Amino acid sequence: MALKNLSNQTLAWLKRGVFLLALVPLGNLAVAGFTDGLGANPIEKITRSTGYWTLTLLLITLSITPLRKLSGWQWPVRLRRMLGLFAFFYACLHFSMYLVVDQFFDWEGIVKDIVKRPYITVGFPAFLLMLPMAITSSDGMIRRLGGKRWRQLHRLAYLCAIGGVVHYWWLVKKDLTNPITFALLLSVLFGLRLFYVAKDAIKRRRNADTGTAAR
Amino acid sequence: MPVYKPTAIPASEITPRQLFNDRRRFMQIAAGASLAALLPPSVWAADNKLAGVKNPAYTVPEELTPYKDVTSYNNFYEFGTGKDDPAKNAGSLKTRPWTVTVEGEVKKPQVFDLDTLMKMAAIEERVYRLRCVEAWSMVVPWLGFSLAELIKQVEPTGKAKFVEFISLNDPSQMPGQQTSVLAWPYREGLRIDEAMHPLTLLTFGLYGELLPNQNGAPIRVVVPWKYGFKSAKSIVRIRFTEQQPVTSWMLAGPGEYGFYSNVNPTVDHARWSQAKERRIGEFLRRKTLMFNGYEQEVAALYTGMDLTANF
Ligand code: HEM
Repeated sequence: MALKNLSNQTLAWLKRGVFLLALVPLGNLAVAGFTDGLGANPIEKITRSTGYWTLTLLLITLSITPLRKLSGWQWPVRLRRMLGLFAFFYACLHFSMYLVVDQFFDWEGIVKDIVKRPYITVGFPAFLLMLPMAITSSDGMIRRLGGKRWRQLHRLAYLCAIGGVVHYWWLVKKDLTNPITFALLLSVLFGLRLFYVAKDAIKRRRNADTGTAAR
Repeated sequence: MPVYKPTAIPASEITPRQLFNDRRRFMQIAAGASLAALLPPSVWAADNKLAGVKNPAYTVPEELTPYKDVTSYNNFYEFGTGKDDPAKNAGSLKTRPWTVTVEGEVKKPQVFDLDTLMKMAAIEERVYRLRCVEAWSMVVPWLGFSLAELIKQVEPTGKAKFVEFISLNDPSQMPGQQTSVLAWPYREGLRIDEAMHPLTLLTFGLYGELLPNQNGAPIRVVVPWKYGFKSAKSIVRIRFTEQQPVTSWMLAGPGEYGFYSNVNPTVDHARWSQAKERRIGEFLRRKTLMFNGYEQEVAALYTGMDLTANF
C-alpha cells in the first residue's frame, strides 16, 4: 500500500504540515487577541483553550501506536515526538496562564489550590509528569536511557492523560459533555493497547509452545 | 386609428394579494433594516428604551462593566452552557405577551400581565455588583423596583416563609432545555425576609433599555449579595411556600450549591476558592467582599446563623 511507507521527502513535508497545524490554536488565540475576539474574560478563554489543546494533543500522541498497529503504517511514529512536545508546549502555556496571569505568583494561593482544589490537585502532578518525558525526548536521551527504559518512562503519558481528564471532569460546573468525550476516547485508546498487549502475549506463548513441541 | 388593445393578463400571472403584501412588507422591513444599520444603536433601539430614576442609595461608586460584556458573557443554561451561547441563541425567546403567575401562600393570588407589573411602582436605576459563583464579577446598572412592592400587593399569609421563582420552561424557545444539564424549569428561591429586603430588585432592564433576552428578559430578580445563579431569569411563576424550596442548582450539586449561597470569601466552593474574583475587564484578581459588599445592609438577616453550614 502506498500509505504504508512514505518517502523521506513526503514525510518531511508532512512534518512541516503537522507543525503548522499544531500552531493553529495558538494562532487563533493571537488573532482573537488582536481583534478583540477573546470575549469579556480573555484570561479564562486562553486558560481553557490551552488546557483543551494540551489534552487533545496528548490524546492524538497516544493514538499513534494503536494507529500503527491497526493500519500497519510505520510513518506516524515519526510524528509522535513532535506531537508530544506540542502537548507539552500547550501545557506550559496553560500553566503559565494560571501561574502568572490568573494567580500572579500568589504562591500561598497556589499551594492552597494544589492542596484544596481537587482539579488542581490532579492537574499539577499531571503537568509535572510531562517534564521527564519532555526532557528525555531527544535522540541522545533515548540512546542514553535505552529503548526499553525510555518506553517504560513514556508510559507516563497515559497517567498524564488520565490526570488531564479527571482535572477536566472536576473543573466543569455541570456540563460534562467534553470531559465524557475525552474519557471515552482515552478508554478506547487504552482498550486497544491492552488488546494488543494481550494478543502479543498469546502469540509469544504459542510460539513458545510450538518451540517445545518441535524439540 | 389603431386602438391599443391590451392582452388579457391570465389570472395565474397576477400576484396573489397575500404574497404582494408580504413582499411589500419584506421590502419595507429590508429598507428599514438597512437604514437602521447605518444609525447608531441608540436611535434604532428607541422602542427598547426604559427610563429609570437613579437611586443614589443603591449605586455603587465603581466603574460600570461595558454593555458589550454584560450582554455577551452570560450564564443562562436555558440557551447553552457556554458563556457566549445565550447571546447567540436567545433570539428565539418571545418576551411578549408575558404573564407572571403569583400563587401559593398569599391572600391575593393573581396572574399579572408584564405591562401591568411594570407600572406597579416607579422604575429605578440601581448600580449593583454582580458576583458569579465562578469567581468573576461585574458592575451593572439595572432597572426595576424592589420586589417588596409586588409582594405587598399579593399579601402573603402567615404561612409564607419562602418565595420560589420559576423560570420559563419551553424547549422550543430555549434550546438549552433540550438537554438535561439542569432540572427544568429553572427554580430558585429566597427566604421571605430576603425577598422583602429593599435590595432585592424585580428587574426589567439594564443600561437604559429593556433586558436583552440573554440577560433574563423580560423579567428577573437581582439579589446582589448572593451568587449570580440565585437571581432567577425569565420568571413566569412566583410561589409563596411554607417549606424551603429545592432549587435547580441544589439538585445539581447538593454539596456545592446551598439554598443561601451568599457571597462569602471565607466559605469556599467545594472545588474552588471564593476569596478572590476577577472583575471583568481587570487583569488582577481583587478580594471578594463579604456579602459582595452589602454587609451593612444584609448582615442582620443572618445574625446567629452558621454561614458555613448554611452555605
Ligand atoms: C499545574 C497544572 C494545571 C493547572 C494549575 C491548571 C489549571 C486550570 C484552570 C484554572 C483551568 C480553567 C478552569 C476554569 O476556567 O473554570 C483549566 C482548564 C483546563 N485544563 Fe488545566 N491546569 C493544569 C494542568 C492541566 C493539564 C496537565 C491538562 C491536560 C493534560 C489540563 C487540561 C485542562 C483542560 C482540558 C481544561 C478545560 C478546558 C475547557 O474548559 O475547555 N490542565 N486548568
